[in-house]
Amino acid sequence: MDIYRDTIIELYKTPLNKRRIEEADITHSGANVTCGDRVRIYLKLDKAGSEGVIGDASFEGEGCAISIAMASLLTEELKGVRVDEVLKWDQETLFDLLGTEVGATRIKCALLPLETIQKGLTGAA
Amino acid sequence: MAAATALLNLKKDFPLLVNEPTLVYLDSASTALKPRAVIEAVEEYYTNYSANVHRGLYDLSERATAAYEGAREKVRTFIHAGSSREIIFTSGTTASINLVALSWGRSMLKRDDEIILSILDHHSNIVPWQLLAKDIGCKLKFIDCDSKGRLKLDQLSKLLSRRTKLIALSHVSNALGTINQLTTLTQKAHAIGAKVLIDAAQSVPHMPLNVEHLNCDFLAFSGHKLGGPTGIGVLYAKEELLKQMPPVFGGGDMIREVHTDHSSWNDLPWKFEAGTPPIAQAIGLGAAIDYYAKIGMSKVRAHEHALTEYALKKLAELPGLTIYGPADAAEQSGVISFTLEGVHPHDISSLLNEEKIAIRAGHHCCMPLMDRLKIPATARVSFGVYNSTEDIDRLIEGLKKVQKIFKV
Repeated sequence: MDIYRDTIIELYKTPLNKRRIEEADITHSGANVTCGDRVRIYLKLDKAGSEGVIGDASFEGEGCAISIAMASLLTEELKGVRVDEVLKWDQETLFDLLGTEVGATRIKCALLPLETIQKGLTGAA
Repeated sequence: MAAATALLNLKKDFPLLVNEPTLVYLDSASTALKPRAVIEAVEEYYTNYSANVHRGLYDLSERATAAYEGAREKVRTFIHAGSSREIIFTSGTTASINLVALSWGRSMLKRDDEIILSILDHHSNIVPWQLLAKDIGCKLKFIDCDSKGRLKLDQLSKLLSRRTKLIALSHVSNALGTINQLTTLTQKAHAIGAKVLIDAAQSVPHMPLNVEHLNCDFLAFSGHKLGGPTGIGVLYAKEELLKQMPPVFGGGDMIREVHTDHSSWNDLPWKFEAGTPPIAQAIGLGAAIDYYAKIGMSKVRAHEHALTEYALKKLAELPGLTIYGPADAAEQSGVISFTLEGVHPHDISSLLNEEKIAIRAGHHCCMPLMDRLKIPATARVSFGVYNSTEDIDRLIEGLKKVQKIFKV
């Protein structure tokens, strides 16, 4: 499967931004109960509200290669992006970041980090 | 190695495997593949006599009724029940257990009565009792297991009390394969007047089973795990209990007389079968039972025992692989749960799928057990009569490839 390229495996084994942000403006947790994937995201905003820009982003959690690699790529991509832009991101954004599509059986794994981020943002905005 | 003579060679009986010769199907604990005889029996019903049962005064309906009731008799013989009045057709194990909770549970249990379950149980033998507990205020207690997934049956004396009214637990763990020894437990339960329900979803398809020897009060299983169609299951219950129990579903077929102000109920077992039953599914289940009975359940068990022994040995040779459960073919059915260090079970399953190997990954509808074992999920392989040692060799090769991709 294209998804299990070396770059994805590397991001799973040595994830980017897998840390806690102590002064985070937004933290939010999400889980895929059926898989046992759990993620907690931390966002630091440069300016509050929907006009704000994400200054720093990180995550903690456990899960499969797809969810962890996705969380790595997303938290990296988020930095410097306006909140209202992030709220428009969807499945296609994720496929672009991953460089491949994800099939129906694993799409929930790929979506978990973004859904958690968006819920965190709308809850806080 | 496993006694090669114990191994069956039945792939040719299963059209899906004939059509997909490179498929390695290792998810029989979830649902079993269907032998040709089952597919043909269902087709024969739909093609040549698809009438309703118990109603029509014409030949086709008579034939359908004979086939439907004939399937019930096959079930009775297969599990060694005393009477076909004790065999209720349901939609599956889940429906069977819910039926006991809704009928026997609601009518016989009171606030503060206690039900003992086990930490190994499937959600379908936990949630119906939680719903009942919420409804009437009874209490649930759980028998724990050890680190090998074996029930701590020595805890039973402490858990039993004069308030214990039911012990409901699985015969074989769907997540770990542990075969629970239930004879002593049943004796202890009966000694204090408690009833015993056995979730036999994972045992009926894999080993000889005799409800009179088990002396259980209720036993539930599904047709589809035995190679029958989906949508059919069985509740066995002792006749004296079924007589006392009120119906759960009202409608056609379950009544004797209906008046505007009251109704009376049909005889057993039909009192619990409201509406047009799953006729084709019951006939298909009857064909599945014929198929398994012809092989002989001792031979089915010997085949799966040999495969389990072979697989346990091969899996143990892989570095970083941890087996959850007894890891002893004598103590478990053909179900093996494991994790691979550095690889999430879902990734194992996805990558094996690329090699046309079908396994299950997740919590296996046993979240309390996963919490107990302190793991989020496992990968699980499970065997059926159609599996071979070559299937296990393919699994091992597949797992080595997973390790190579993940560089572990």
